[in-house]
Amino acid sequence: MNLRKYLNVYKKFLHTSLASELEYKTNILVDLITALLSLIGSIFLLSIFFQNNGYIGGWKFEQALIIQGIYTILNGITNTWFNPNLTEIVKHIREGTLDFVLLKPIDSQFFISLKKINPSGFLEIMLGFFLLLFCIRINQINLTLSFLTLSLITISCSICILYSLWFFISTTTIWFVKTWNAIEVLRSFLYIGRFPLNSFSFSLRVFFSIFIPIAFITTIPSEVFLGLSQLWKILLEVIVASVFLVTSRKFWLFALKFYSSASS
Amino acid sequence: MVQNIIDVRNLSKSFDISSKKPGLKGTIKHFFKRQTKSLKVIKDISFEIKEGEIVGFLGANGAGKTTILKMLCGLIYPSEGSILVSGYLPFRRKESFLKNITLIMGQKQQLIWDLPPIESFYLNASIYDLDKFEAKKRIKKLSEMLEIDEELFIPVRKLSLGQRMKSELLAALIHEPNILFLDEPTLGLDINAQRNLRKFLQKYNKETNATICLTSHYMKDITSLCKRVICVHEGAISYDGKLDLLLKKLSPVKEILIVCRSEEDAIKLENSGFTVKNKIKNEITIKIENDLITSSLKTILNNFDIEDLFINEPPIDEVIGKLLINKDYEI
Repeated sequence: MNLRKYLNVYKKFLHTSLASELEYKTNILVDLITALLSLIGSIFLLSIFFQNNGYIGGWKFEQALIIQGIYTILNGITNTWFNPNLTEIVKHIREGTLDFVLLKPIDSQFFISLKKINPSGFLEIMLGFFLLLFCIRINQINLTLSFLTLSLITISCSICILYSLWFFISTTTIWFVKTWNAIEVLRSFLYIGRFPLNSFSFSLRVFFSIFIPIAFITTIPSEVFLGLSQLWKILLEVIVASVFLVTSRKFWLFALKFYSSASS
Repeated sequence: MVQNIIDVRNLSKSFDISSKKPGLKGTIKHFFKRQTKSLKVIKDISFEIKEGEIVGFLGANGAGKTTILKMLCGLIYPSEGSILVSGYLPFRRKESFLKNITLIMGQKQQLIWDLPPIESFYLNASIYDLDKFEAKKRIKKLSEMLEIDEELFIPVRKLSLGQRMKSELLAALIHEPNILFLDEPTLGLDINAQRNLRKFLQKYNKETNATICLTSHYMKDITSLCKRVICVHEGAISYDGKLDLLLKKLSPVKEILIVCRSEEDAIKLENSGFTVKNKIKNEITIKIENDLITSSLKTILNNFDIEDLFINEPPIDEVIGKLLINKDYEI
């Protein structure tokens, strides 16, 4: 793989999608306001849960805010990259414009996963980041090198898991043509990631750890923040993320053999 | 000797198609249990195309022309048979193969809708690993050939269909491919835009010796660009050869309208052994085989008092139309 070429292409992707989005100023403004209100609403909801009892699932409100911060960053990444690109796969397949992607001398997964960005998602990423900084202060967390490395590793793994799940569902469009509903179900499961995993019943905890690994996405990075995480959990998250990433890649290459293109 | 750039042997393609009966009952049945059947859309076809050739694929809607083009450029896996394009197996979609080909579809677009075409050109240039200087040079050259200038800087959504198609062509040709697959490139364009596009393709073929495979329902595209045509009927090739030979075979006679000086001359001509289509006063229409036109006209001009005559070529759309609708048509 020619890294220089891919960096160059990505620079062009950034430039063209930013330019496209900036054509519609009002839309960007509405998106930014929505992101801000959504975060305020989430924190308000969380504070209601903690109003009567100081703890939920063994987590204090200040600690639960870390989960909210990580969720906000992940949701920002979802809105910046996954949503504009991965929902487009369905359109590409339905309308047959995937033909143009497949005939370009560039990795098709790279192209369809990163071609577009939605700049309003950046605000969410920043808000999530500031919320995490605030949480570091109120929870009196020491910023050490090992803490920063482990946080970076676990958050990166969460991004990989989330991307792979979404990409996997979008890929099934090659057979099922319409998969909007499955993506909506995935998004609604992700809302659950705003709450500590221990606050759910045992059966739900098993479900969200094994079938839809929401637990890995927000809870494990949050435990790293609080110094509660065990090494085996972090290793497990790295393994799960690698397996998900490799499987989604292989699944995409396998699915392309069944691509029949839309009729003209 | 010119080499074959495309070599297709015993190619077949089948698709699984599901069918549904009308009405609510049919819909519910279709939802729970789909009845699918394998449909062979391409049936054991073989052909070669030489470097620099322009070949037109003719056929009715659903005949399989686009499926053939998509297999040639590597988008669809063939079910049986072999394809070699420029020495490559197309469906492996190797980078060096993809840098050699392009696909242009009249009904689909790759330009970024909200931005001027120039942005899409530079994006494509980076995908094909062209530096800025080279990209600029090629955009200048192609835009001159396509006669577009200011349009390059206007958002795609504000361009006319003709301007958009020219921009699509430029985006698809920036890497200077030597094999072009064109699927109805003039669809929806007005007569002038169609003519300009054909002129450009002729020029591009002449200057670069690129091979062009073209499908079109506009016969003018085929007649002005292609010397060779491949007729596809229900997934099989019904004719592969020169276009003028096909026309001769499909339409072996020409109609000639002769205006005689008097009605007596017209009656004399009517009884002279020619096949008469009709006669109105001093005007008579006769049918003459293509090979006998010169000698027959000589006889008529020498023996009859003729005021004027017109040779009517049968409209090519009508001639080819016969071929497309009649599967038993003998070629």
